[in-house]
Amino acid sequence: MYRYDEFDHTFVTQRVEQFREQVARRIAGELTEDEFKPLRLMNGLYLQLHAYMLRVAIPYGTLSSRQLRRLGTIARRYDRGYGHFTTRQNIQFNWPTLKDVPDILADLAAVEMHAIQTSGNCIRNTTADATAGVAADEVADSRIYCEIIRQWSTLHPEFSFLPRKFKIAVTGSGRDRAVTAAHDIGLRLKRDADGNPGFEVLVGGGQGRTPVLAVTIRDFLPERHLLSYLEAILRVYNQLGRRDNIYKARIKILVRETGRDEFARLVEEEWAHIRDGELRLPDDEIERIRAYFAPPPYQALDDACPELAVQRAGNRAFDAWVASNVEAHKRPGYAIVTISLKPHGGIPGDASAEQMEAVADLADRYGFGEIRVTYKQNLLLPDVRKGDLFALWQALVAAGLATANSHRVTDIIACPGLDYCNLANARAIPVAQAISERFADPEREQTIGNVTVNISGCINACAHHHVANIGILGVDKKGKEFYQVTLGGAADENAAIGDIVGPAFDEDRIAGAVETVVDVYLAERRGADEPFIDTYRRIGLKPFKEKLYAAH
Amino acid sequence: MPLIKNGARLQDPWFAAATEEELDRSGPMLVPLALWQEHRDRLVDRVGPIGIRLASHESPAAIADDLDRFDLVALEFPKFTDGRAFSYARLLRERHGFTGEIRAIGHVLRDQIAFLLRCGFDAFDLDERAAAGWQAATGAFTAWYQPAADADAPIPARRRYAVPARTSVSVIRSDPVQPPAPEPASCAANWAY
Amino acid sequence: MPNTAITANRLADGFVIYLTADGGWSESLADAAVATSNDELDALQAVAERAARAGSVIGPYAFDVETDAGRPLPRGRRETLRTLGPSVRTDLGYQAARS
Repeated sequence: MYRYDEFDHTFVTQRVEQFREQVARRIAGELTEDEFKPLRLMNGLYLQLHAYMLRVAIPYGTLSSRQLRRLGTIARRYDRGYGHFTTRQNIQFNWPTLKDVPDILADLAAVEMHAIQTSGNCIRNTTADATAGVAADEVADSRIYCEIIRQWSTLHPEFSFLPRKFKIAVTGSGRDRAVTAAHDIGLRLKRDADGNPGFEVLVGGGQGRTPVLAVTIRDFLPERHLLSYLEAILRVYNQLGRRDNIYKARIKILVRETGRDEFARLVEEEWAHIRDGELRLPDDEIERIRAYFAPPPYQALDDACPELAVQRAGNRAFDAWVASNVEAHKRPGYAIVTISLKPHGGIPGDASAEQMEAVADLADRYGFGEIRVTYKQNLLLPDVRKGDLFALWQALVAAGLATANSHRVTDIIACPGLDYCNLANARAIPVAQAISERFADPEREQTIGNVTVNISGCINACAHHHVANIGILGVDKKGKEFYQVTLGGAADENAAIGDIVGPAFDEDRIAGAVETVVDVYLAERRGADEPFIDTYRRIGLKPFKEKLYAAH
Repeated sequence: MPLIKNGARLQDPWFAAATEEELDRSGPMLVPLALWQEHRDRLVDRVGPIGIRLASHESPAAIADDLDRFDLVALEFPKFTDGRAFSYARLLRERHGFTGEIRAIGHVLRDQIAFLLRCGFDAFDLDERAAAGWQAATGAFTAWYQPAADADAPIPARRRYAVPARTSVSVIRSDPVQPPAPEPASCAANWAY
Repeated sequence: MPNTAITANRLADGFVIYLTADGGWSESLADAAVATSNDELDALQAVAERAARAGSVIGPYAFDVETDAGRPLPRGRRETLRTLGPSVRTDLGYQAARS
């Protein structure tokens, strides 16, 4: 993991003191709310429906056990005992008071954390595939580049007042596990013919009102040019992005209105001036950062783990959990474990302070003290020995964290919705709970296999419903909550925007509608090996539409 | 509005022309882009300093070829959220080599001053509150992560060349009190790293 | 015109508050001043805006209420949730204090 040096420590400390002073000026009436709002947003502090909300950055979704424990302490000391993990690998606290926030930030700084630029019209948390550094199919470790981008983008003087927010994602494997196609800039790690790492650069992805997939503007960018190229893109966007209409201010609109080729030309023209200047990354600087992410002291193990097979054969619940929540690791004998924060009928992505502490302890006992946050609002232990899986699972069962539903139908991504959020039109969490309860039978869930279900409470699409296999958008019709369904979206390297099926369903019918969709899939699939998205692509929208509107 | 330049309050010697009739005045004159473009032939012959005023949608590329005629470029912030001029200022300094005054006019917050300085602004039309907060605004951070138009070594360069963080701030271009840290010898091309 | 009340969020803690008849702010909708005419609403809004300019309340806005046995009740779902708390955590928010 990256560790702060004296410069990093000084920086976050100065940032905390700056914000403390800004809060004091606000409370004393020396700053109006209009002036204070962009300042507090750049420190991640929103005003929501019931209270303030503080969004803390978890850079590229990586946490040490010490940091996770600190988040638990903050939840307990300053909040209501829980936090919410987000689709951008951050954590949100829903009840801080304004005067406590500088102290919260100071407590975070003490463990090398911050809330810098988690909101505002600036470059936000750069996200990564949560399996960076450990995935069996990895091309290169995205965390290295995320850390380089994080530092460069922190309080960048030129890019702190952009037309709109700016989100960058990096994925390190041939599979896109960071939803790069839906980001303002998506970076896909690859290697050239000589094995040198670089990026395919995509720009202009986004959801919200106008969902658009990112387009490639450069097939291969050598790693040393990473920052200069990003600077060129941001400089073009800062100058030319629309500022007349907040719904047209993202870079996706600029790319569409300019045209991909012309936009790429503008970027390359700017980049030509700066590519060999101050932002060119020396090899030893990349190595210096890479050293922070050196592999932990793995044991030399056999990949075969006979006792695991015996344990799986002897315990159906454990077997199901391994099937859904455990993935292949690049090191023999190790595994990647997803800790689901989607208990059946529970609030997706929420974790209590006690659960955070339990996971921190498990990361220490069954790993190297590291935890990841996934964009599906779950946690992940990246380095578990196969021989420890059973003991880990038993501990998770005791902590209520062993739901065997990673990537399954109840692994629902839901935004906080109208229960918490000022922007929402409808509640999302109760819908997630209703669907989750309907599919709570573990056998049935395993039978259905992998399918993504995302629920957004408004058109801002914070739950990424456009790129879900089954997407749900909550809308307000004449004062009542209705839910519109889209099908066939995908967030991976075969990204797609879902198709609207038809008229929205009311809150009593939406869970049944999802069940109907799943039933059609089960009836039409060519065996258990054809996942939902493949069936959808083969048979199209029509069979689903017919059943949905015949039955309802 | 108080004009701050190089950290000190000044009387503004510049006259901001708005109409063709006013172009006949003598003394330092600040001219909006449209007037410059329309009356350029007449203005290039003028005796006395000329400044150009750009609205936030007017890129300095429009006057890049004439930059050596200007002692002042004034960049407008119609709202403090309109951050285009941060890029314009950097381009003026780093792309076009402009060494005259770059002034921020319009609505800027005290909390943007450090960013403005780093992007190459050296003069500011500020409201009283912002002017009063100058010291705090420029003193909040002693090192930054990325290169910009300012002369300070960013953090990656300080790490590489073991330049310690300052104990106080000197981001002002011609500040006589705090001499800048000595520049490491052979780092011109890789200043950031 | 439907009956209308004014709500905002408190600067110090972000909590939901309602403008009362004496120009103060209460956490309880039951204490809210209810405007029954445009003139009354204008007067309430002027008071609310002054408070926002003074800095202690944020984002005041008017919303429709129904009166039930003399007590105002919100007509919209959003405002209803603001009197209660998150519907999915009835142990939090104002609903918790009342149970």
